[in-house]
Amino acid sequence: MNINTFFDEMRTSTGSVRRLYQPFAEWLSGTDHAQLMQKSREAEMLFRRVGITFNVYGDEAGAERLIPFDVVPRILAATEWRVLSAGVIQRVTALNAFLNDLYHDQEIIKAGIVPASILENEMYRPEMQGVDVPGGIYAHIAGVDIVRTAENEFYVLEDNLRTPSGVSYMLEDRKMMMRLFPELFRRYAVAPVEHYPQVLLNNLRAVAQPGVYDPTVVLLTPGAYNSAYFEHAFLAQQMGIELVEGQDLFCKDNGVFMRTTEGPKRIDVIYRRIDDDFLDPLAFREDSMLGVPGLVSVYRNGGVTLANAIGTGVADDKATYTYVPEMVRFYLGEEPILSNVPTYKLENPDDLKYVLEHLEELVVKEVQGSGGYGMLVGPTSSKQQIEDFRARILAEPDNYIAQPTLALSTCPTLVEQGVAPRHVDLRPFVLSGKTTTLVPGGLCRVAMREGSLVVNSSQGGGTKDTWVLHGDSTC
Amino acid sequence: MLSRTADHLYWMARYIERAENMARVLDVTYRMSLVANSAYDETARWKPPVQIADDIEAFEKNYSGYTAANVIQFMALDERNPSSIVSALNSARENARAVRVAMSSEMWETVNALWLELRQRIRQGLREAEISEFCDWVKSRSHLFRGVTFGTMLRDDSYKFVRLGSFVERADNTARLLDAKYQLLLPAVEAPEGQVDYYEWSSLLRSVSAFEAYQKVFRDTIEPWKVAELLVLRDDMPRSLHACYDELAPILEQLCRQRGRECLRLAGENHARLHYGRMADIFKMGLHQFLQDFILRNNALGVEIQRAFLNGPE
Repeated sequence: MNINTFFDEMRTSTGSVRRLYQPFAEWLSGTDHAQLMQKSREAEMLFRRVGITFNVYGDEAGAERLIPFDVVPRILAATEWRVLSAGVIQRVTALNAFLNDLYHDQEIIKAGIVPASILENEMYRPEMQGVDVPGGIYAHIAGVDIVRTAENEFYVLEDNLRTPSGVSYMLEDRKMMMRLFPELFRRYAVAPVEHYPQVLLNNLRAVAQPGVYDPTVVLLTPGAYNSAYFEHAFLAQQMGIELVEGQDLFCKDNGVFMRTTEGPKRIDVIYRRIDDDFLDPLAFREDSMLGVPGLVSVYRNGGVTLANAIGTGVADDKATYTYVPEMVRFYLGEEPILSNVPTYKLENPDDLKYVLEHLEELVVKEVQGSGGYGMLVGPTSSKQQIEDFRARILAEPDNYIAQPTLALSTCPTLVEQGVAPRHVDLRPFVLSGKTTTLVPGGLCRVAMREGSLVVNSSQGGGTKDTWVLHGDSTC
Repeated sequence: MLSRTADHLYWMARYIERAENMARVLDVTYRMSLVANSAYDETARWKPPVQIADDIEAFEKNYSGYTAANVIQFMALDERNPSSIVSALNSARENARAVRVAMSSEMWETVNALWLELRQRIRQGLREAEISEFCDWVKSRSHLFRGVTFGTMLRDDSYKFVRLGSFVERADNTARLLDAKYQLLLPAVEAPEGQVDYYEWSSLLRSVSAFEAYQKVFRDTIEPWKVAELLVLRDDMPRSLHACYDELAPILEQLCRQRGRECLRLAGENHARLHYGRMADIFKMGLHQFLQDFILRNNALGVEIQRAFLNGPE
């Protein structure tokens, strides 16, 4: 595929600079390459010193890597943001309604919109059936991955409703940009994102069980060796709440307590960054050393709130994804603002046949995979890789979905040779509590390798600061 | 605060203090090995640092002979030796990393930068002649950490646990250092024609930054019992046992409200012995006896702090 066929955020197909990027381009032309590389090295040094690192699984034990940070921002107009933010709020509202319905009356199954086979999905948690959660909210924090293919064409790639990560990069990248290029913020009125932790904390406090006055909120992490540990520590610090591990907590008298130097202290809301499977060795995986024995039982009895709730995985599963536009219509009576990517479900024989015949054009993903592990990008894979993947699909077709390879938009990015287009996506973080909101921005991921469409940090992707402009013009 | 957080802070401080003291011992041993003195062969010179760290067995299993190169390798760089400088600094950073939000960001950055530089130095390797520079570097980073802690950390319980760790460890290290040196030098002191070895005693003083203090306080030639007094009973000597307990006792007074009565009692008892003790009585008992007893008592306090605050109650 020729790079010029992609939509570029900064330049039109004829090469002229879009109005939105004009002040930036002007600034860029007055800044030489060596200077930008110097700033980039400075950023790397600062990130390393602060310890903003990411542990990569399968790498040498305890390896700490930096996620590459790109000094060129991605810029979105206020008008574009209005559509995107309304779209993701609508989507997350519908998904929460779906989860509440699925774990109660299952009207959407009765209506024949979602098949009953969804109850056989591994991510469906029968333990949650009939359990009321405060405010009917399941996905308190949702990261919706959005890609752009044309001027006014945005697609939702997936909804991350379990323990989405990356928001710390949204915040740290902004801090870094303001430090490295303060002059750019005089040319652009960039909407601030720094209040994210406050909005999150207010939401978490709002979902404590009724009757709890001044709730105690904690962040539950798997520990210092988890890939996103930096983010856990960062968010806990920003919110001024305790960062706890499973070993710090215990259950007693239908409550969860943390061990403190002054004795046990009751906890009301747990912002957990541990997967369902590891939460409670008594309920889920027995071998989990990360969880709290008895937690699920206390949770079901209303002794504590978990954010996100148990069992949200059934809604962000890649097979469930295809029903989200219908959910929007069913629960909200609205037309979806954002589109889905057309998706082939390989459990369906016709789809399977088509996909196997067109593997070199498609992206194939594991239904429950995340982080860019276990996926095939047809156009950029070798014949051997495609054949290997074909065998995996045939062994277990239900486990895969396929989508056309999207022409992800590109954004100018600093590389050794200069500033060149690289593919990007965007993950805004939607917060649900008293209301459903988001701060204007998100995690912009960029595939640093030329031509690569995989933006995941575990696959060498980098991040960019995302600027949502305040008002419709630059200042 | 969270027991585990307190535990990590306490051990972070202990490990940094331990690394600093190990660096002090190694540095002084190395410097003394450069001074011509026929009374000590290489083993007599290089065994005490290993003795101080209580690591004779592990050393003899993995190394043949107390040579400068072996002991420096073992005490400074060997990551299999849990009390080597590198291991202590690794542990300090691991503990810090686990609770980075419980300290000021300057403290975390100090510990993290220390560790990154350590990795760099290990990659470059350490030649014998560079050991003093390396030890100076460890000491200066430990000073920096202490200063950053003092200058930036909120005075809440977290701060108290950092301080507890520092002083429990320092009291232990000073007692071990003095004990080992005394055992090495005592035969010479007691021999009829015994000459007090000026260089040896002054080196002990230098290892705890007390050489100038000695001159100021006593304005006299160096006498072994005065050195002992300075390091045991003087409360104005920051690395003395008494000074350590002057810090520990009030911190425990504040922490032990409902919990940890036994900590408070142990600290009070140890403090009283140092506060009201007399050097003459200590010598009557035998300094070695006294120091061994002190190390056990100080250790008992450490165990009790662990039990009461750090392991986490149900």
